[in-house]
Amino acid sequence: MRKRPCVLLFLAGWLATMVAGATDANLFSAASTTTPPSRIDELVFGQLRQLKIQPAEPCSDAVFVRRVYLDVIGTLPGAVEAREFILDRRPTKRAALIDRLLDRDEFADYWAMKWSDLLRVKAEFPVNLWPNAAQAYHRWIRDSLRKNKPYDRFARELLTASGSNFREPPVNFYRAVQSKEPPALARAVALTFMGVRADRWPSNQLAGLATFFAQVGYKSTVEWKEEIVFNDPASTNVAVYLGTARQARFPDGKTITLPADRDPREVFADWLITPRNPWFTRNIANRVWSWLLGRGIIHEPDDIRPDNPPSNPQLLAYLESELVAADYDLKQLFRLILNSRVYQLSSVPGDESPEAAAHFACYPLRRLEAEVLIDAINQITGSSEKYSSAIPEPFTFIPEDMRSIALPDGSITSPFLELFGRPPRDTGLESERNNLVTAAQRLHLLNSSHIQRKIEQSRMVQYQSQSRKPPREIATALYLGILSRFPTEEELQAAEAYANSGKVRPREAVVDLAWALMNSAEFLHRH
Amino acid sequence: MEKSLDRDAARVWRSLGAPLTRREALRRCLFGAGGLLLLNGWGLQSFAATRPAKAKSVIQVWLWGGPCHIDTFDPKPEAGRDYCGPLDSPIETNVNGIRIGQLLPTLAKQADKFSIIRSLTHGNNGHETAAYMVQTGHDAGGRDVYPSAGAVVSLFKGYDAGYQGLIPPYIVLTEPQGRFSEAGFLGGKYKPFATGGDPGRPVFEVEGVVAAGISEQRQRERRSLLQKLNTLGKAMPGDATLKTLYASEDQAYELILGDAGKLFDLTREPAELRDRYGRNTFGQSCLMARRLVEKGVPYVTINYKGWDTHKQHFQAMNRKLPELDKGLATLLDDLAQRGLLDSTIVWVSGEFGRTPKVQWEAPWNGGRNHFGKVFSAVVAGGGFKGGQVVGASNATGEEVKERPVYPCDLLGSMYELLGIDPQAALPHPQGQEAHVLPLASEGVKSGGRLREIM
Repeated sequence: MRKRPCVLLFLAGWLATMVAGATDANLFSAASTTTPPSRIDELVFGQLRQLKIQPAEPCSDAVFVRRVYLDVIGTLPGAVEAREFILDRRPTKRAALIDRLLDRDEFADYWAMKWSDLLRVKAEFPVNLWPNAAQAYHRWIRDSLRKNKPYDRFARELLTASGSNFREPPVNFYRAVQSKEPPALARAVALTFMGVRADRWPSNQLAGLATFFAQVGYKSTVEWKEEIVFNDPASTNVAVYLGTARQARFPDGKTITLPADRDPREVFADWLITPRNPWFTRNIANRVWSWLLGRGIIHEPDDIRPDNPPSNPQLLAYLESELVAADYDLKQLFRLILNSRVYQLSSVPGDESPEAAAHFACYPLRRLEAEVLIDAINQITGSSEKYSSAIPEPFTFIPEDMRSIALPDGSITSPFLELFGRPPRDTGLESERNNLVTAAQRLHLLNSSHIQRKIEQSRMVQYQSQSRKPPREIATALYLGILSRFPTEEELQAAEAYANSGKVRPREAVVDLAWALMNSAEFLHRH
Repeated sequence: MEKSLDRDAARVWRSLGAPLTRREALRRCLFGAGGLLLLNGWGLQSFAATRPAKAKSVIQVWLWGGPCHIDTFDPKPEAGRDYCGPLDSPIETNVNGIRIGQLLPTLAKQADKFSIIRSLTHGNNGHETAAYMVQTGHDAGGRDVYPSAGAVVSLFKGYDAGYQGLIPPYIVLTEPQGRFSEAGFLGGKYKPFATGGDPGRPVFEVEGVVAAGISEQRQRERRSLLQKLNTLGKAMPGDATLKTLYASEDQAYELILGDAGKLFDLTREPAELRDRYGRNTFGQSCLMARRLVEKGVPYVTINYKGWDTHKQHFQAMNRKLPELDKGLATLLDDLAQRGLLDSTIVWVSGEFGRTPKVQWEAPWNGGRNHFGKVFSAVVAGGGFKGGQVVGASNATGEEVKERPVYPCDLLGSMYELLGIDPQAALPHPQGQEAHVLPLASEGVKSGGRLREIM
């Protein structure tokens, strides 16, 4: 179903008229929380006490509703959703909202985007999956997430699949690489499933891992751009990387003689995908934490190595054990983290010391990702984007109402996404995504015709400016629609003063208020 | 105007906190992803161009899609209709012995200013891969995605190297070409600034800089409203993320409210000159490019689309070549008259040529396909000699006949003229070894630098 957020906005404006402005004191933080304490909280707050770091206060409901929508489904709450949540008095409302969001379709869209970054889902240069295969691969990833496929199965299918790139989508894991030589495949596997940059390994360790990928074969078919990935014992790489003794070496140094009748990738998967493996569970538990808290317990999350220890080893061990106990149910891990008081801290820090961030003493500000930002702008203004993949012919055109977070293929893009640091999907490194603010981005949001047109033509602005409502009511509606909260008294006064200043026309006052809110630090960041 | 722009630039630097050390410049530079270099631990190694340079700037005319060499700078009338189609009467230029395509009469009068490379080759027929090879000098398919020439110049001659202009050092007129023109592993800071808008229209609305319909007073009112409503910022005054936001906002407003808009105002140029450039997007982009290099911008790309002529090729040539002819010839003449040609490299090419043999059959009906085996480029200024021809293709334009020139040879020559060491190390985010151009040990094919025209 296509959402009509602007329609909801009219309603919200009307509903909001009777509600008084919030006060500054409880705007971002709350004095207390009804969230029950958890083991995560014990481990984090215990460490903070030892380090004499003062954690932030619990976040307010208004902060929570916006944060959890953005973090779980990459989507801004609608005005009505935000308002209802804020006014809801049930003590369990946060846990209930978390459960609802984990079940939404956008959960699969948003996390398929994340996984597509890591798995390099892109039709064109430099990984060259080709459009059909990129679409199939993305669909498989999205389906796996929607069905909440256990992570160990997800990983095994990616590691061991054989067949056509169109019909057996996980084989694209071995195609979405810049080089298909066994060491390059080994590097991709180590990065993705072990959180390790094998470039830093001693060469014999990488060569050892490469032995398991010496038999990965590729062949084309009569169908254009179809490629079969298969176990090829006759590959010329066997002599180069494996040798006649068929001695393979695991990353932990153990060796094995590869049986001739088994696909070496399966032997490797058997070693990797088990709770006893020191990398497998650790990698994914740490990544999920970093996705939600903005920073890994081991940081960066794809740079696990002995000299980069976790900032809270017990916390990481706890998350790992919970994930194993839940049979690698990733949503369960999400739920565990999202329901913690640590996740629900305010972003207004209680302690300015540099160690505070590394020990999760507050929720860090993070600029919205390119896709999430443009989707939020489009949701508020009821507009859409044009996406295209200029290369190759035939051109790929995308339905107008498609959301950015649902774009399947990294080659399908727009100038906005490029400007705001969408990852190129070249390497699968988490750091490919660049969320830093640049002056060029500021120019675009503050003053481009692209954004200005969206605001001017939005039904929200048209409706509010024709409504003849007092400025305070208009402001309340805009605040709920754009910042997902009620305005403070001070903000209402500022909006009123602007509208009554005589320097701008009434319609311009509405446009400018919407513009100012969409350019605010609060809108541009998760907070 | 020059003075007032410089003053603005100086004001930006001051407002960001004086004295401006190199470290600060790195951290705060305009259009940079603040702090990226330092965060990544690349250290403070200087990447400034240190060699003596003849050229200060580059104007890259990028004929996106791949123009046909035979119809432009490497005519083959003797090959007959199957190769030339209707364009079988090349014209003599003002340099004895050099002929070019018949639809380029104005350029023919400027041939003493440019040189033609007729033996460019890389052998790849895919747009994106070929564009990558031509604009980076590296073979595709390696572990890394290398930066394009514009990003390399922006690294060595941009803010890190003391460039202080208000206008970003790497500009694309008007739409980005996509990722093969971009910063590769150097990251977002070195991406081009794409102007958007259309210089061929009455008002060139540079996206973000020039907004139609919003008065300067309203801009100021809005800005103060934005600051008044910054409730989150007031709650966390010490936040480093927000400081980066404010710094980039200040910089953005220097462009919106400062004098930069005047630079993009082409109505300040004489109408007669604008006519000579051609009153179309490409012609006015050439004029805009001249204004930018005049202000010291080190790298300007004119992304000129529409050369991927699989069908109706000759009809397209009849439309496009007169535009190219007028715009490029006037650019060369204008640069020369202003004394800028000696310090400005003009580089004209696409990612490949087109199949010399015309595809007369349906569905192409007189089309040409992609052709990476041999194609042409034009270079002028900045230390490149004019009136020369480098290399040759065979009688049908299908093979390199003599003196192959590979993309790394052309780029290496440009870098040398710009004072950039083609072997210099590039900063790599994972600390890998990487160089501006591939080292000899990497086995990339090379025919040697273009000594004959330098």
